[in-house]
Amino acid sequence: MILISIVAKQEGLDSSKPVEAQDLGSLVKKIMMQFMLLFSRQGKLRLQKWFSAYPDRVKKKTTRELITLVLQRKPKMCSFLEWKDLKIVYKRYASLYFCCAIENDDNELLTLEVIHRYVELLDKYFGSVCELDIIFNFEKAYFMLDEFLLGGEVQESSKKNVLKAIAAQDLLQEDEEPHGFLDELGFTSPNAW
Amino acid sequence: MPTVKGDGMRGLAVFISDIRNCKSKEAEIKRINKELANIRSKFKGDKTLDGYQKKKYVCKLLFIFLLGHDIDFGHMEAVNLLSSNKYTEKQIGYLFISVLVGASSDLMKLVIQSIKNDLVSRNPIHINLALHCMANVGSREMADSVGGDIPKLLTSGETIDSVKQSAGLTLLRLQRSSPEMIPLGEWTSRIIHLLNDQHMGVVTSATSLIEALVRKNPDEYKSCVSLAVSRLSRIVTASYTDLQDYTYYFVPAPWLSVKLLRLLQNYPPPEDPSVRTRLTECLETILNKAQEPPKSKKVQHSNAKNAVLFEAINLIIHMDSDPNLLVRACNQLGQFLQHKETNLRYLALESMCLLATSEFSHEAVKKHQDTVITALKTERDVSVRQRAVDLLYAMCDRSNAEEIVGEMLEYLESADYSIREEMVLKVAILAEKYAVDYTWYVDVILNLIRIAGDYVSEEVWYRVIQIVINRDDVQGYAAKTVFEALQAPACHENMVKVGGYILGEFGNLIAGDPRSSPLVQFQLLHSKYHLCSPNTRGLLLSTYIKFINLFPEIKTSIQEILGSDNNLRNPDVELQQRCIEYLQLSTVASPDVLATVLEEMPPFPERESSILAKLKKKKPTATAEGGEEKEKEPRTIPQAQVSTAEPAAPVPLQPVGNTAPAANTGGAIDLLGLDTAPAPAAPAASSGLGFLVDVFGDQPATNGVDDDSLTPGAEENFKKFFCKQNGVLFENDLLQIGIKAEYRQNLARVGVFFGNKTTFQFTNFTSNLVLADSIKSAVSVQPKAVDPVVDGGAQVQQLFNIECIDNFTDAPLLKISFTHSGQMQKLNLKLPVIISKFLEPAEMNSEAFFTRWKALSQPEQECQKIFKAQFPQDTEQVKQKVLGFGLSILQGIDPNPDNFVSSAILHTRNQQVGCLVRLEPNKQMQMYRLTIRSTKPEISKALGDLLETQF
Repeated sequence: MILISIVAKQEGLDSSKPVEAQDLGSLVKKIMMQFMLLFSRQGKLRLQKWFSAYPDRVKKKTTRELITLVLQRKPKMCSFLEWKDLKIVYKRYASLYFCCAIENDDNELLTLEVIHRYVELLDKYFGSVCELDIIFNFEKAYFMLDEFLLGGEVQESSKKNVLKAIAAQDLLQEDEEPHGFLDELGFTSPNAW
Repeated sequence: MPTVKGDGMRGLAVFISDIRNCKSKEAEIKRINKELANIRSKFKGDKTLDGYQKKKYVCKLLFIFLLGHDIDFGHMEAVNLLSSNKYTEKQIGYLFISVLVGASSDLMKLVIQSIKNDLVSRNPIHINLALHCMANVGSREMADSVGGDIPKLLTSGETIDSVKQSAGLTLLRLQRSSPEMIPLGEWTSRIIHLLNDQHMGVVTSATSLIEALVRKNPDEYKSCVSLAVSRLSRIVTASYTDLQDYTYYFVPAPWLSVKLLRLLQNYPPPEDPSVRTRLTECLETILNKAQEPPKSKKVQHSNAKNAVLFEAINLIIHMDSDPNLLVRACNQLGQFLQHKETNLRYLALESMCLLATSEFSHEAVKKHQDTVITALKTERDVSVRQRAVDLLYAMCDRSNAEEIVGEMLEYLESADYSIREEMVLKVAILAEKYAVDYTWYVDVILNLIRIAGDYVSEEVWYRVIQIVINRDDVQGYAAKTVFEALQAPACHENMVKVGGYILGEFGNLIAGDPRSSPLVQFQLLHSKYHLCSPNTRGLLLSTYIKFINLFPEIKTSIQEILGSDNNLRNPDVELQQRCIEYLQLSTVASPDVLATVLEEMPPFPERESSILAKLKKKKPTATAEGGEEKEKEPRTIPQAQVSTAEPAAPVPLQPVGNTAPAANTGGAIDLLGLDTAPAPAAPAASSGLGFLVDVFGDQPATNGVDDDSLTPGAEENFKKFFCKQNGVLFENDLLQIGIKAEYRQNLARVGVFFGNKTTFQFTNFTSNLVLADSIKSAVSVQPKAVDPVVDGGAQVQQLFNIECIDNFTDAPLLKISFTHSGQMQKLNLKLPVIISKFLEPAEMNSEAFFTRWKALSQPEQECQKIFKAQFPQDTEQVKQKVLGFGLSILQGIDPNPDNFVSSAILHTRNQQVGCLVRLEPNKQMQMYRLTIRSTKPEISKALGDLLETQF
């Protein structure tokens, strides 16, 4: 009887997590990836992609916690860590950390390669991608991600096909009328920026 | 400023540069506020904003949001962009919606309209934009209004591949947010056949969708197994050049392979021998490849290859049927345990935990014990060490328990605080489970207290005492050991508790030695007294009174302490009372009486003590009354209803039910035994038991059960079946009793499975269903007889066909008796056949619901309960319970989405009764309000009483 209650207690350890974490868990069952965060070594968030609906408050708190947690880790440490009832998989590329949250029973190694493939895509598109490219072209980084991952699952693993889709988008925009230089500088409407 | 790709909104780039150039946070906020003001005025005033400008401003807002600032305007402008005929404007609009607009926004209607338009666009790129937005937002409303078109898009021959890919995952997302909205029945077979699609990208996306659908409905999608196996087989046997761009660093289609392997983990091993052989070949090929020299030195190559390997091992473990594969998997993981990559070591430890649970590979895992222990000691990353602890725990059995427990204890001294409590529990469980020699067990637990006393929970030290009391071979040793442990200058309070208790019971066993004479023992304990919490002091006082009985020679020294001012006038009432009562007891009682009162504790029954079980048996009435009382206040129920709804409870039991359970929850009473808190003396006496006897608990009879009372634990297990049909009804060291039940309208077929856990025969085995008089006319039972002999390790089944004739409240009693090793065993259990089992969920729309709800407005037709949540108020769990109880979940009726509204028909032979239920969780207060309406007052009441216990 006590043995059972000890085991129950152990299970209780898990369920005694803060309510917020539980909410998070129950919201997002059975999605391969829950969210992806890109942040710099200075802890600045560069991109966030949530594959499930979270309240803004939870998003902010989660982001803060994870940035601190991952930045504390030393090189050579395991790229996986357990966090609430999720697993965090992260990897650093130059000044940027790519950090994904997946379900506990998901494939950690493959998630590392999801990150890598995304980096390769960005790299190919921007030509030696750097943090600044992502800052100044954040919308492109999002469009690229949508072609690669959708609903937290890999949609297209072929690099060629993803880049083809992005190229097709770029082609459409070049058809559109270019804006005049004066217009850009805001001379038509002062203080445009 | 780096080159801006694509259409380059210069204004945006300049703004971003400005922000980056800000020297301080304040400057940044100032710049942002200026920009926000500017955009706001543009959106408000300037009617001539063109699409480009709108796009630029929306994009700036998005950037500001991503910097972490709140954005409370611009949503309308973003929605306007959706209907632009320029792709980039539309695209930015959708991005803004995906990132910033919640599914519940008022604007969703407009967004959905745009999505509808784009879905029928001739340009597939536009269709994909709309699909991506749906997959990102994934709201119910979308599923409702557009979701129906997606399956067609996904399976139509005219759709181009890239759209199919997006459609597959969009459908997956919509299914997750509202599974019932999009019926897929007619599409099932076409969706499954996407696994054969020529385009690998389509297969990749479809496999995720199919896996999600399979989880919901495995039978309907069963035919996907053979397709998945053949697809997998084609991939793993492909050379890396075959799959062109789907080969990733020389690994053919790793993403698709992993998805297929995961899909297969939803099913048992394939039944068809040819499919099964093919799958085994695939898994073998994957294992073989792991042994081949790497085709590239890049980590991407090994990661992708091993990702597939680990998923294959997961499938092997899941199937748990092929010893050869399991052992090979284990050897492979063994290699990884010493790999230079931390990631692989971590994953190998994790996967091995699962392998350790399989009978086929348990021994193979044990070969790596030394490596795992080394990992525990040398890994630099705590998350890896934690995995090592888990694995040691999983691989532990009788043969290696002593070593593993020893290593874990040693590690505990330096273990990270974050994992200590868990480790303590694990060590305690292992030590008990695999103890051959109980002196070892006692040592382990005392070591636990010594090393990590703060992390030793009550359960652990309660348990060591129970075991010592039940095993007389270890009592002397335990007394000696705690005596020695207590001599440490600083010892943990938990040690004092254990020591105090054990010496109080068995101090006499070591009193012969002058070094541990009665007085020395007493002084040693009392030297800790002042440093302890009131709780522990209370326990020590009980030890002292026991000492008076054990060692009359030190009576005066003890009386002195009991009578000291400090104790007799202690501000703690409990301590004061104990001192007064014990002092009195030691003065007035003759040695004989004292010896009877303070007799050695009887062995603890393996289950809970009978006194607690007795109390709990009364509890349902008690809580029901509590519930009624609570609701009187807010609702002022007509007096008449209360009296009709509440059958008069037997008077003498009421006080017991109302006061005692509150005072005596937990196992504390078991252990302290001498709890002299003002117990419910009078009512207990009136129930036939003397006060003193009562406090000590019943003398355990054969196994603590007389002819009519329930076996301890029966009530709790019975309640677990309210929301499920199958499970374990009872289990002890000898016997496990499982239940499998099927219900159809007013008929039930209940299979009871008796499993003999011992290696000896049970003889004279009987099992009878007894119906109380109160339900004899309401339930009819046709039992099948059961064989009087149950062989060791065998399982026999008894089947009952039951018909519900009318409403009933008492469950049938299952009386079991048998002889084991010459001893008669008796069990009395409640068979979980209750009125709610004859409910059939009913669907109805909101209009029908409200019409009926209003029609049932007589006060006696309604039963309402307000009660505190006993379990976490997790929406999904509550939902499962409601469904398990036999009720439907009706959507869109209650304006508050947190509430559950249900309807069902109760089938009895005499009548069919419609029931409506509403359950309102209040998460803040952790309360529920439950309202049940039906035409029959007694049925509302019966269902209310049952449901109330489940949340």
